[in-house]
Amino acid sequence: MPFKSLLVFLLFPLMCFSSTIKVCKTCKETSLSSAISVAQKGDTILIYKGTYKEHNLIITKPITIIGVDNPVIDGESKETIFTFKTDNFNLQDLTIINVGRSFTKDYAAILVSRSHHFSIKNIQIRNLFFGILIEKSHFGLIENNIIKSKSTSEAGAGNGIHMWHSSNIIVKNNDLSGLRDGIYFEFVSKSTISNNKSYNNLRYGLHFMFSNHNEYHHNTFKDNGAGVAVMFSKYIKMHDNKFLHNWGSASYGLLLKEIYDAEIYNNTFEQNTIGINAEGSTRINYKYNLFLRNGWAIKVRGACYENIFTNNNFISNAFDLAYNSKINSNLFDNNYWSEYTGYDLNKDGIGDVPFRPVKLFSYIVNQTPETIVLLRSLFVDIINFSEKVSPVFTPDNLVDKAPLMKEIQ
Amino acid sequence: MFKILKYSFSDLIRSRWSYVYFLFYLALGFVLLFLNNSISKAVITLMNIIIVLTPLIATIFGVMYYYNSKEFTELLLAQPIKRKQIFMGQYLGVAISLSLSLVLGLGIPFVAYGAFQSTAIFDFILLIVVGAFLNFIFVALSYSIALSNENKIKGFGYAILMWLFLAVIYDGVFLISLVVFNDYPLDKVALLATMFNPIDLSRILILLKLDISALLGYTGAVFKEFFGTNTGLITSLGLLSLWVLAPIWRINTKVKKKDF
Repeated sequence: MPFKSLLVFLLFPLMCFSSTIKVCKTCKETSLSSAISVAQKGDTILIYKGTYKEHNLIITKPITIIGVDNPVIDGESKETIFTFKTDNFNLQDLTIINVGRSFTKDYAAILVSRSHHFSIKNIQIRNLFFGILIEKSHFGLIENNIIKSKSTSEAGAGNGIHMWHSSNIIVKNNDLSGLRDGIYFEFVSKSTISNNKSYNNLRYGLHFMFSNHNEYHHNTFKDNGAGVAVMFSKYIKMHDNKFLHNWGSASYGLLLKEIYDAEIYNNTFEQNTIGINAEGSTRINYKYNLFLRNGWAIKVRGACYENIFTNNNFISNAFDLAYNSKINSNLFDNNYWSEYTGYDLNKDGIGDVPFRPVKLFSYIVNQTPETIVLLRSLFVDIINFSEKVSPVFTPDNLVDKAPLMKEIQ
Repeated sequence: MFKILKYSFSDLIRSRWSYVYFLFYLALGFVLLFLNNSISKAVITLMNIIIVLTPLIATIFGVMYYYNSKEFTELLLAQPIKRKQIFMGQYLGVAISLSLSLVLGLGIPFVAYGAFQSTAIFDFILLIVVGAFLNFIFVALSYSIALSNENKIKGFGYAILMWLFLAVIYDGVFLISLVVFNDYPLDKVALLATMFNPIDLSRILILLKLDISALLGYTGAVFKEFFGTNTGLITSLGLLSLWVLAPIWRINTKVKKKDF
């Protein structure tokens, strides 16, 4: 106890010295850059309402910057606006507009470099190149930000939240639209992405590269150019997300490439050209997902082994499953397929006849993509039926032996 | 010509089959809307029926009407009326009454359901227009087949075969040739091949409007580029008209020379 009071006593003067610096048109400090230069370690800078034309603000001291009544920082489309090279900083309640664009440098509204224990909250960023760019940083919180751009070409656009070589970062409740990638992770681990909305982005709503042990849940990805891509990553948990209307000739809800040991559950895939496009992904559990009105619910491209698909709902997809090989080591069990026409004599809720999710036409389309023009032709229905009765072309062990009679709620 | 058209039209309108056909579409429309609860979904289901069933029924009706009214036709031929007028009158009578059954039978449930407030109204109108076109095409085709065959059984057989060819066999040959010539660029060929078959042409036209086009991938892009634009739509409707006009022309030349 004496020790603790001694500590408080010793720290007390230090707390006193952490002062508040106000920035406004009539204050002592009229610009953010001068406020930053006079600020000491642990100070708080309050920015009052107004537009501040500033850029290249480099912060090397652990300070807190708070906007009051939504001030606007206008970067005049020149370069990076905030650069944080310090630990323990907070940035909140600001609007940042007009970030510089470049084909050689990654200009960002907020650049965080080699920092840890930071938070970025309630920031609105408009007309940007990169939004929040984080490199080699750890233990951060990025919350309630709205990042909105109107990008037209992939080369001239940046990512909303871009992370590189970082870990233990929480990204939640952000709203990302009109960017190249909504959220981009490269060499990031132990991070969580939750409750974000990522829509109308040119490329991916969310993009993972070489990032292991991450989790993303309760996010909505809608109308993105190509959907969500998870590549070259291990131990990723993806659950309770919505992948909606990623519709276009090269679009999909979720792209999996070189993914191992992932969990995909409780997700909704609705009206995507391809719900899940899996390539070289192994030991993945797909459970309780809903596939509704997609072109292809799942497209298995190759080198996918030991995946388990159980208790999923496949409803009104043009093709439930496309498969390009005759070998199958994946397990389909206890799913509900709206295409299933079997019966259930003992009324245990499980169909008595196995279901074959790969149609002959789906197999043909995989071999010769042009044949898709015959979709919904009577001839195609006839050959599908005959293949169903006696399978010749589709892998004969690719069956759901216990298809459910009713959809899982 | 109009007198004859009026006669065969009212003759068909009074016949039981027109009512059955009309009621069939009416019931179908209501059931589909009841089951799907959405106009755009009902349009997709309806497409399958219009593509397959409408041509079949038009074929059978056309052949049947020709053979049934043969004696009356011969009686008319004895009168001072142009041959062309007699046959065109009869043909239009059949085609119009069938199309009317289709338009009213499907139109009533959809309009009652509120199709005009729906965004799918254009898809629905396109579907009905294509259905009417298919009626005109297949009645004309079957009529010209019936004209060339005195033997009823043969005529029926050929007409059904014609339907089977266009609805099923053509697609089969098409599919196999696409698979066989896999190594060549096929999208243009596929585009051409669909144009030579009115059923395929109608199917693609509706499919692309229903936004399944994204499924079609690269081939789809070629198709979309052609059919998706207004010129494409006009070209394909023009082609469908050509499919109506070609058999009509054949009927007219055939009728001129035919010895009854």
